Amino acid sequence: MTTPEIDLAAADALLGDDTARFRHDYLEVRGLRVEFGGFVAVRDVDLTVTQGDLRFLIGPNGAGKTTLIDAVTGLVRAAAGSARFGGTELLGRATHRVARAGVGRTFQTASVFEELTVLQNLDIAAGARRGPATMLRRRRATPDAVEQAMETVGLTALRDVPAGVLAHGQKQWLEIGMLLVQDAHLLLLDEPVAGMTQAEREETGELLRRVGSQRVVVVVEHDMEFLRSYADSVTVMHQGRVLAEGTVAEVQQDPAVVEVYLGAPAGEPATATEGPA
Amino acid sequence: MTGRTSTLTARLAVLARPGRARALAGFGLAAVLLMAVAPVLLSPFRLGLLGKFLCLAMVAVGIGLAWGRGGLLTLGQGVYFGLGAYLMAMHLKLADAGPGGVPDFMLLYGTGEVPGWWEPLRSPVVALALVVLVPAALAAVLGWAVFTRRVRGAYFAILSQALAAAFAILLIGQQQTTGGTNGLNGFRSFFGYDLADPVNQRMLYLIAAGVLIVMVVVARQLMVSRFGEVLVAVRDQEDRVRFLGYDPAAVKTAVYVVAAVMAAVGGALFVPIVGIISPADVGVVPSIGFLVGVAIGGRATLLGPVLGSVAVSWAQTTMSEQFPSGWIYLQGALFILVVAFLPGGLASLRTTLRRRRRPAREEEPGAPAPVSSDGPPAADLLPEGSRA
Repeated sequence: MTTPEIDLAAADALLGDDTARFRHDYLEVRGLRVEFGGFVAVRDVDLTVTQGDLRFLIGPNGAGKTTLIDAVTGLVRAAAGSARFGGTELLGRATHRVARAGVGRTFQTASVFEELTVLQNLDIAAGARRGPATMLRRRRATPDAVEQAMETVGLTALRDVPAGVLAHGQKQWLEIGMLLVQDAHLLLLDEPVAGMTQAEREETGELLRRVGSQRVVVVVEHDMEFLRSYADSVTVMHQGRVLAEGTVAEVQQDPAVVEVYLGAPAGEPATATEGPA
Repeated sequence: MTGRTSTLTARLAVLARPGRARALAGFGLAAVLLMAVAPVLLSPFRLGLLGKFLCLAMVAVGIGLAWGRGGLLTLGQGVYFGLGAYLMAMHLKLADAGPGGVPDFMLLYGTGEVPGWWEPLRSPVVALALVVLVPAALAAVLGWAVFTRRVRGAYFAILSQALAAAFAILLIGQQQTTGGTNGLNGFRSFFGYDLADPVNQRMLYLIAAGVLIVMVVVARQLMVSRFGEVLVAVRDQEDRVRFLGYDPAAVKTAVYVVAAVMAAVGGALFVPIVGIISPADVGVVPSIGFLVGVAIGGRATLLGPVLGSVAVSWAQTTMSEQFPSGWIYLQGALFILVVAFLPGGLASLRTTLRRRRRPAREEEPGAPAPVSSDGPPAADLLPEGSRA
């Protein structure tokens, strides 16, 4: 089996040219609050991510990173706040309507349709706007976007293989490919390189950088080396709040971040052990 | 020899998409067997039985789509089968009674007057339309209400079964207007044709065979279409489909309506062929009975549900002739065996055995197994336990 590789030229063809699209998208989250019972998982979070700014979202377990993405994509209900993308309010919409507003996401565990082939997975991702007449017919030709996405994530040779038999990293690439053909303009990626080899990480990083130049991308990631290599900016979350925001260097020198990651300085009560109000 | 084979292969390849030529040949063969061979070989009595089995198999085709492809475990298809059957039976009773006449059982048990909601069924056109429209509307409303609330899995199964129970109880309670436990029977004619005439009985059988073949063609088209792919995606990863911008409730409702209409048409043809419809044909037990054949045949395949359903019906008739009370136990045992050891049904027997013999063979890239077409059920490509 030849090792699949990311094809950045195909990615460019798929992503299009910014001047051609002539718009700059951005995600604007204001005062977002999510509660589960009495527990506040995300509180008063403000977050602005623009196109061309590959944003990483980090924080200890339970910091609210995934919950934030869940709230933006309609999986959990937000108690307060707003999340706007391209002038559209996302909060309060059904999940599939959020998706149709141009928001795509991946999950911590790669979730592809295992029994369907790579081609079928991508074709489904490309087709949410198809009418009944197209849906009820067989796929005659592969849509261009699907072809380009397969090239981009290096799965063209495996197009007719069930996604369930793909290697772990390939599944994650397939998921990214699905976001691209879905024509998502806001991509929320939850640990996209978890479990990948070093070579795969680098290829994924390059691809994300390319995607980030044309789309709004937020990456939740624990891998600090990956973050240092590819993040344009970083938002650090802790106990449901935004703790710090800035470039990698700025964030690394922030005392609050150091405290959370390395433990409380002597003499002060550790905030990490404090229960939420 | 090989040369001839290869030209043949080449010629078949001209027919473009893989499987299409084979499918056409398959449908042709089935049509010849059912519509030309069976009527010659079988006695009128056996032919009538086969016609009944084909009507039950129509329900199975719908269940194969909804359950096998859509993951909807419908334990209540008896409701839709019954709606189609009762609507047809009501029309036949009114037609037998003549213009303005009153069906015989109403004179015995009822007020001797035809209730207002029966009246529209005097018209054959309205009756045929309602046979399709009433079950479709009920399935659409019910399906939408249930699926948008994300009721799924066992909860949906229980709900659908409760519906079947309620429907049967409702029918039993309305003796004056639905015939109660006796149901509706004693039909003399079918759209003007005398039901006692063997020629007309044979015609009814041929209609049933033709309708079943059309349904299988429709099912195949749905399976190979993009809708069929999305349906499998919804079955396996409903949330993921939602994040791609589809509404899974709409997809599920659509397939549920299709299954309901197929069951209703089966019920409507069952009535003139069998000559009776009663609550015992539409309640919980027959609803589960529909499922058994589908499970045994292979729920996710195209022909598994049909063949399984006909085989189970045939076995039931044969067994019941010899051991009247034994069949229900055998049916239960078969169902348990298949669910436990052969989740893909008999259609997956070959692949299951092959996998047992050669475990964990790496799939060669470029030589893929067909997945969502009518090839082997794709469930077999996955390790045990990875599917609900």
